[in-house]
Amino acid sequence: MKEPSRLDRFYEATDQVVTIERDSPPRVIFSGEDLLLEDLPVGTKVVYPRPPMAGLPNVKAAIRQAINRPEGCEPLHAKLRPGMRVTIALDDISLPLPPMRTPDVRQQVLEVLLPLLADSGVDDVHLVVAVCLHRHMTPAEMKRMVGPAIFDAFYPDRYYNHDAEDPDGIVKLGETRHGEPVLVNRRAAESDLLIYVNLNLVPMDGGHKSVGTGLTSYLGVKAHHTPHHIRKSHSYMDPERSELHRSVDRIGRVIDESLDVFHIETTINNRMFDGPLGFLMKREEQWGELDRLKLAGLRATLERLPAAAKRKIFQAVPAAYEVIAVHAGRTEPTHARILETSWRQYAVDVDFQADVLIYGIPFVSPYNVNSILNPLLVQVMACGYLFNFYRGKPLVKPGGTLILTHPCSDAFDPVHHPSYIEFFHRLLPETRDARVLEEKYEREFAENPTYVHLYRTGHAYHGAHPFFMWYWGENGRQHVGKIIAVGADNGHVPRLLGWDSAGTLAEAIDQARSVHGRGAQIAMLHAPPIVMTQNLG
Amino acid sequence: MTDRAAFFDVDGTLVRTNIVHAFAYYAANQGSVLGTAWQTARTVLSLPALWATDQVNRKAFNELFYRFYEGQSEDRLVTLADELFEEVLRPAVYPGTPALLEQARRTGCRVVLCTGALDFTVRRLAEHLGADDLLANRMRFVDGRATGRVVPPIIEGAHKALALRDYCQREGLRLDRSFAYSDSISDYPMLAVVGHPTAVNPDARLRRVARAYEWPIIQTTEGTT
Repeated sequence: MKEPSRLDRFYEATDQVVTIERDSPPRVIFSGEDLLLEDLPVGTKVVYPRPPMAGLPNVKAAIRQAINRPEGCEPLHAKLRPGMRVTIALDDISLPLPPMRTPDVRQQVLEVLLPLLADSGVDDVHLVVAVCLHRHMTPAEMKRMVGPAIFDAFYPDRYYNHDAEDPDGIVKLGETRHGEPVLVNRRAAESDLLIYVNLNLVPMDGGHKSVGTGLTSYLGVKAHHTPHHIRKSHSYMDPERSELHRSVDRIGRVIDESLDVFHIETTINNRMFDGPLGFLMKREEQWGELDRLKLAGLRATLERLPAAAKRKIFQAVPAAYEVIAVHAGRTEPTHARILETSWRQYAVDVDFQADVLIYGIPFVSPYNVNSILNPLLVQVMACGYLFNFYRGKPLVKPGGTLILTHPCSDAFDPVHHPSYIEFFHRLLPETRDARVLEEKYEREFAENPTYVHLYRTGHAYHGAHPFFMWYWGENGRQHVGKIIAVGADNGHVPRLLGWDSAGTLAEAIDQARSVHGRGAQIAMLHAPPIVMTQNLG
Repeated sequence: MTDRAAFFDVDGTLVRTNIVHAFAYYAANQGSVLGTAWQTARTVLSLPALWATDQVNRKAFNELFYRFYEGQSEDRLVTLADELFEEVLRPAVYPGTPALLEQARRTGCRVVLCTGALDFTVRRLAEHLGADDLLANRMRFVDGRATGRVVPPIIEGAHKALALRDYCQREGLRLDRSFAYSDSISDYPMLAVVGHPTAVNPDARLRRVARAYEWPIIQTTEGTT
């Protein structure tokens, strides 16, 4: 860490919230695959991520320890009997972001699990990727996730994607006391033991959500993926205050009563960048000349490249995440332990709410790994994920202004997101009201034979998925008064999303001040890497 | 009561064969060695002309092609259609076809095959696939012999779109809620007339059009894994 030159600047190197002063350096802000360097108004509070927690020195030892001393149940080896049927479900490629360096933590868990199962005489083992309505992973992606040895031994007959539209592949275990249907993958339901290997990137993930959503069908997800549930989630990154998670937990408890489920949950730190991009992990006050040169070089390169090439560059660099916790056992106690660590990594205490909140939309979301961050996904990042990165009170006041930076290009991937195209260009011009969209069109898209075919045989997100993406921005849309997109390369995408446009960040701040006054409190969430604010006052 | 249909072109969309395969089967099964040799040779010799016609105008191709049936006995054509189905069409059904049709049915769509082929050649296939209806060309027979002309209007190109519209009107279905599936640019009118068009295993021209109009593109050549 660079030594602070003056004592009153010490906070800059230690606090996670930095207040911009007259001589503060400009801040780096993501704008898709570009990096902006922007001077912020004096008084702006910039919230930085916590430094990465130290990774576990021996991940496999931690995995063994977790499964031998699990939370709330007997050790895994005591559950195993020769000849039993075991299904191992795995989180899909949406976690983590960007994909981590190999070996992926799921591979490391499997390298411990599979020999243990084999030694116990358990040969009937299937690996199921719990994609739910996400796109099916490609063989190459599946191979990268578990390593070539496991892939070659299991793919394709015993290592495959969950198919939420297989008419014979889903069974109903029952209903919750709220009438939510509990629908689960047949192979998992008919196994003697279901082991779920998860990777918690953010506190929203894991717990009952793993089996309850990962291995269910459209009707199963439909129970809680609604505008109503999202409106009542404050936020959905905080399971205790999330209506979505309350529903998921009810469903999960029915699953736990019906099936023997053993969770192996893992979580990672926030070391998203290292090497040549390592300067993005530092705050700007800490940059040396070399860091500034690297940024200038990177920006000059990116400026000269087409969008597809820039995407390739960013997506070719896996993240340097390290595993910081592994716990195993029953669903709820295991997940509680993981959540503690996750919050320790991400939560930054704040005691204010801003009138104007600024953040950059990066190149990746959970739904465009190896693909395009299309306008609907820009929306879910802006109004959904990044807005929901809070615990307690949001970082922006009700009726405040959200300023985001992204080119908002009208580009979609027809292979991964075919139903998004119709949603965006056919439905949004008619209405942005999530409840109307749900009522009028969701089922039509969900049952569209073309979209079902593309989901089942190709690598397309389910026909209903764009609706869920729209709902996931619902609490953000309801909370803020105005959203301004900075740097959009067209006028119609922001307009269709219901946003204002500005050419520069300064122009957007002026627009926001015209609403909130010159004295408006401005804040910036300096992400990625992931940071969540905690305002429990 | 459903208010929508899913219209499927057949050749190249649901099966890998086309009307030439059907005719070739008939040509190769003429009942006498000389007849078979004559019909086969006649067909083979005409292939360049047929190909050239098809490139220019699918309607002209179909009209020209159906002349080859002239003089054939109706009984024979109908009887051989069963064998044609078993030996040629059934093995040619794409792996992804049954699931696609099943999903359309499950969605509440009436499943309708809409093809430029002759009705007797695809009727068994339609039954096999569980189609609710078949819109296909009908050969005109006189005294039990094929005239080589189909009952107008020929179901092809723009007329397919008209056939779909008439069918929806007659059956009380909504075109804007209906689906259409085809592999060929010659079916552009049929795709354009419904609310939900999809290009299936598309040729290069249809692929370009589908990309331009943001129609989904699917493959039936592969089934679910």
